[in-house]
Amino acid sequence: MTMRQNLLFWLLLAFTVATCAFLIVPIGLSLLAGVSANWQLGPSGGLTLRWIEEVWSLYSGTVVRSLVLAVACLIADLLLGVPLAYVLARHPSRRARAIEELIMLPVAVPGLATALALIILYGGWHQFRGSSSFILVGHVLFTLPFMVRSVLAVLASIDVKTLEEGAASLGAGPWRRLATVVLPNAKPGILAGSLMVVTLSVGEFNMTWMLHTPLTQTLPVGLADAYASMRLEIASAYTVVFLLMIVPLLILMQLAAPSAVSGTAARGGK
Amino acid sequence: MTPRDPALAIRLEGCAKTFADGTKALAPLDLAIGAGETLAFLGPSGCGKTTLLRLIAGLDSPDPGGRVWFDDKEVTPLPIERRQVGMVFQSYALFPNMTVAENIAYGLKVRGEPRDRRRTRVAELLAMMRIEALAGRAIDQLSGGQRQRVALARAIAPRPRLLLFDEPLTALDAKLREALRLEIDGLLRKLGTTAVYVTHDQAEAMALGDRIVVMNHGRIAQIGTPHEIYHHPADRFVAEFVGLMNHVSGEIRDGWLHCPAGRIPLDRETAAGQGEVMFRPETVCLAGTGETHLKGTLAASFFLGDRTRLLVDGIGEQSIVVDVVGPVDLPLGTPVPLRIQSPAMAAKGST
Repeated sequence: MTMRQNLLFWLLLAFTVATCAFLIVPIGLSLLAGVSANWQLGPSGGLTLRWIEEVWSLYSGTVVRSLVLAVACLIADLLLGVPLAYVLARHPSRRARAIEELIMLPVAVPGLATALALIILYGGWHQFRGSSSFILVGHVLFTLPFMVRSVLAVLASIDVKTLEEGAASLGAGPWRRLATVVLPNAKPGILAGSLMVVTLSVGEFNMTWMLHTPLTQTLPVGLADAYASMRLEIASAYTVVFLLMIVPLLILMQLAAPSAVSGTAARGGK
Repeated sequence: MTPRDPALAIRLEGCAKTFADGTKALAPLDLAIGAGETLAFLGPSGCGKTTLLRLIAGLDSPDPGGRVWFDDKEVTPLPIERRQVGMVFQSYALFPNMTVAENIAYGLKVRGEPRDRRRTRVAELLAMMRIEALAGRAIDQLSGGQRQRVALARAIAPRPRLLLFDEPLTALDAKLREALRLEIDGLLRKLGTTAVYVTHDQAEAMALGDRIVVMNHGRIAQIGTPHEIYHHPADRFVAEFVGLMNHVSGEIRDGWLHCPAGRIPLDRETAAGQGEVMFRPETVCLAGTGETHLKGTLAASFFLGDRTRLLVDGIGEQSIVVDVVGPVDLPLGTPVPLRIQSPAMAAKGST
């Protein structure tokens, strides 16, 4: 290596490290704060799991609620989104394209605006307004497009219409085609969409913050509450809990992603 | 179902098709396909040949009033899954979630064949299509030619009473196309199943079809044996679409067409007057010492291996195409005397 190349290498390395640090250090510090006995003293003050225990005793309800909401949201998205994507894939018309754009709208509109609209619509319905189902409606509205897009992309890439015609020519009726040809081949898209939906639902704050009541806090809303009203270590410990839940999902999503993008190609090595 | 079901005869009555957007894909037409016959639908893209195939298959239904009969049973309201047909698609339509053997077994499974019968039949078809080695492969590990072999095996496996081919070879390269065409031909002969074969390739239609249905603009232009279609085209469209055709106009009298370049014998009595005749490139030869019908000048010459294709100017509006066996060594611009070896057809219609 010449001097110049040498210099360039070190500069690039420094830049990369700096970028990574920019992204990771705040989270790292937050995690550290979550397990520090006293953040004012820094790590030298000793490490403890006390704050995490305290978070659990104070906020375990929000963790459970977030998980239940995410699962319910996933079920609703599967029941609504997969059939919708199937219909859109089978009837690729201009109208279908318009519907596809329309269901993307909640992603583009600020969550607060969507939440406000929901409150205007359902606000008078007190029992519903005060329940977790109200938040669920918001989450489904927000996450449904991701499920539809993900499934639709896979269905379009495998030309599901012709596959079904092939199955029909061999004597298979509509239900059999759905079970043996459509769903198995849509699986990568359904899987990728599901992970996306669960992750989004668990982490959603904007809309949920508007929709929640003190009795229906979710994890991210509880996190905001903790930052606002508790000592820094508790809020940070809360972040630790949140990351423990969300990181495995993100990793799973990364693992599922390639097979969703290239459709069937990932099965090649079988 | 037994392997020796008698072949199926098919009849279409007043079948028309208008698409949802109002496009008229097919004008009302009647068509009869004989039991065991292979019928080829030939025509340019958009002529309605695939639409017609889909009506027979049951993938689309005809406009109200149209009826489809399989033998003496009306199947118009039946969807494809209840018509006992086998279909081979241009894009193969193989199931990527199944192996080759599972694909072939699919139709048998749907029909409720027991496992051991399925296994025997799949082995039989793998052998028939010479793809035994591929049985456990995933579809995305196959080449185009292998995929179409699997698709053929899958369509044949449940012993359908009618085989439908929707441009099955279009996606393959020329050499493979030729090889698979021969294979399909052998298969259809062996099975004796009634078959409909859609293609835009005239060579495929001529080689496979017992009869050819030439289609244009949603109508049947001509139905006939390959020989009839080639030698007695019903109109100018058919003549142009199937093979090459020369056109010369002039004055018709006494069984000849007279033009400034000479005269051309006609194949039948035709009313005297101005007219046009057609003849194929291979019916013309260099006159040499014998009788000369036409004189032109050599405009171009292409050596094609088995024959030489000459373009001769000064006879018709466009260059006359002449196919001569073996090489021709003449400089361009040479006057060439030509003889028409079999009488030319008087052209009818000008569509």
